[in-house]
Amino acid sequence: MKTILFPAIRLTLVCLFFFMGVYPAIVLGLAQWAPNQGKGHLIRQDGKSYYANIGQSFTEDQYFYSRPSAVAYNAAGAGGSNQGPSNPAYLATLQARVDTFLAHNPAVKLHEIPADLITASGSGLDPDISVAAAKVQVNRIAKIRQVSEVTLYQLIAQQTKKPLLGLFGPAKVNVLQLNLALDKLK
Amino acid sequence: MNTEILGLMLMYGLVVALAIPLGHYLGKVFNQEKTQLDVLFNPLDNLFYKLSGIDPAKEMNWKQHLTALLTINIVWFVISIFILMNMAWLPFNPDGNPSMSADLAFNTSVSFVTNTNLQHYSGEGALSYLGQLVLMLWQFISAATGMAICAVVFRAMKAQSTETLGNYYVLLVRSGTRVLFPISLLIATILVLNGTPITLEGKDTMLTLQGDTVQVSRGPVAAFVAIKQLGTNGGGFYGPNSTHPFENPNYLTNITETMAIFLLPIAMVFAMGHVLRRRKLAWMVFGVMTVGFLLLCLPAVVFEMQGNPAITQMGLAQPLGSYEGKEIRFGAAASAYWAVNTTCTSNGSVNAMHDSMTPLTGMFLMLGMMINCLYGGVGVGFLNFYIFIILAVFISGLMVGRTPAFLGKKIEAREMKIAMIIALLHPLFILVGTALASHLLLTFPEACANWLSNPGYHGFSQMLYEFCSSSANNGSGFEGLGDNTPFWNIGCGLVMLLARYLPIIGPVAIAGILARKKYIPESAGTLQTDTSTFGLMVFAVILIVAGMAFFPVLTLGPVAEYFSIIQK
Repeated sequence: MKTILFPAIRLTLVCLFFFMGVYPAIVLGLAQWAPNQGKGHLIRQDGKSYYANIGQSFTEDQYFYSRPSAVAYNAAGAGGSNQGPSNPAYLATLQARVDTFLAHNPAVKLHEIPADLITASGSGLDPDISVAAAKVQVNRIAKIRQVSEVTLYQLIAQQTKKPLLGLFGPAKVNVLQLNLALDKLK
Repeated sequence: MNTEILGLMLMYGLVVALAIPLGHYLGKVFNQEKTQLDVLFNPLDNLFYKLSGIDPAKEMNWKQHLTALLTINIVWFVISIFILMNMAWLPFNPDGNPSMSADLAFNTSVSFVTNTNLQHYSGEGALSYLGQLVLMLWQFISAATGMAICAVVFRAMKAQSTETLGNYYVLLVRSGTRVLFPISLLIATILVLNGTPITLEGKDTMLTLQGDTVQVSRGPVAAFVAIKQLGTNGGGFYGPNSTHPFENPNYLTNITETMAIFLLPIAMVFAMGHVLRRRKLAWMVFGVMTVGFLLLCLPAVVFEMQGNPAITQMGLAQPLGSYEGKEIRFGAAASAYWAVNTTCTSNGSVNAMHDSMTPLTGMFLMLGMMINCLYGGVGVGFLNFYIFIILAVFISGLMVGRTPAFLGKKIEAREMKIAMIIALLHPLFILVGTALASHLLLTFPEACANWLSNPGYHGFSQMLYEFCSSSANNGSGFEGLGDNTPFWNIGCGLVMLLARYLPIIGPVAIAGILARKKYIPESAGTLQTDTSTFGLMVFAVILIVAGMAFFPVLTLGPVAEYFSIIQK
């Protein structure tokens, strides 16, 4: 018993020191070269700072909307809807979102709404929307802000993040950065 | 060409290209051959042995290996329960999170010590940083446990006729320090530089552009995420795992994390080739695993890129595919690809919510867990595959009328009994568990009212998925299941325990018994096991065992749901 149990306990304590102490301490040291010393990447504008990666809720018509969120963009309790594809209650929620969107964007036709604008992300904190989802909102924002649609399309083109190296993964638009740029237009 | 598809090709191509040389390195680590990293790691390992009072030269037989494994796992389990139930007053708790209830602490401890990482809680609200870090420790050493015991089986397969198979603690320490630690450090560095936090500071408050006040959870995330991906653990720092923009900030980190899922499971196969000096056998195993993986992966990617038929019927366009539960920065293709990776390997981390995927994708994910050896968990994936090899050798032997033998050892009744029991345990746990849950749901509808977030066939799939995940030591979930209840905590906890240790004990026993037997040199009459013909035979055995056992239950869940939404 002693010859089996004692080495097991002692080895566990050594592993505890090394993998729970030394390893994260090294990573913490490396983080001094990282954005904001590893405390979360910030972007600043007009004296305010925002977490660049954490999506924000944009529901006002003067801003580009962000995606729906199952947790209302609560960054201290993230999560998805976990609704199945065939769930009737879920499909009714989607229909309600479509109706709301059409009411606020009368120029848009049903089949033009990109699905990402009415579906919730997995984290509930998605910072991005698809390029199509940004473009479909141009008409509304141009009217409210009294800017030309051409200016807004240019703004979206500027803010579009291309696939990695132009080759891998989808293109996307960071909603916070797009809206910050939108506020700067004035 | 579609950039989403190119991303998948890059991820698979790169991971295989890296796993082959890594496999040879692993083989050297297991064989205690010289490597260029010895300068660094020999002193470190010697320090480990000295402080632990371990004699690295002491040889063990297969029973002593299992005793050592089980003993040290019990020690981990006890420490884990203590910390999780006392987090509230222990240090490193800046957010003031509470301690766990007894049944949740039992489930969580079992889950992390068995390399499952099923989570019936959300990390940001239910764990202190000490709790997170202790779970990270289990992520390291439970993965090392799998690698070490798999290395014991490699040695036994190689042995001509022997009792002794190396020292278990030495294999455990070497797997941890020489493989998991340096690669995790590399992954953590990539994550940190791309914006994944690592800090001991608590929540921050942020005022959004629209003027809402939001709390932002932080913590030692980068260190945790690296090993959770690499060690086929899968437990997230945050509730929604790698969908969270802090765990997985961009497409580059997504490539890194996705590759980390497959890296060691594929490398273990080539490590076997190196230890046994049988490269062709390694390629046969890799080939069978790859064919199985692609058969699950390709249709899943297609279904997710096509989108949800129910949304199409609403008149909406889905040019980018199904997006419920998915993140824009990864896209539908990379989400489906990750999902199949994570379920084939018993990893269980997610970068999109499996519960919201289209019905047949859900079926392919469950099939990955039901088969549980298409690359499989680190170490244990190969052990599961070993069982199927033994079955295939026996059946082939009977078909051609020869005494079945594998690598020069006769397979006899005792080994076959063990192999059959282990092969049938997995369906037993999944089917009996799901049947019991369904029965309880019908008998006590009020007490179980909060279990399912979806009605009908999909609700049934949620329960089936949870038992698949527990029995495969996977850890992902159809997370809509209200699973923090005594039934799910204790039921899944027991299944995880049995489904971890029995499928380790079985193959080790078979390999240990075979190692002792007399070696019969190969002759013209020997069944060649490193050919594509034999590979086909193994594939057929996997298909028959998994298909026969699980086809009926799959028709009740995902298949029925699929037909219900395309037929409107």
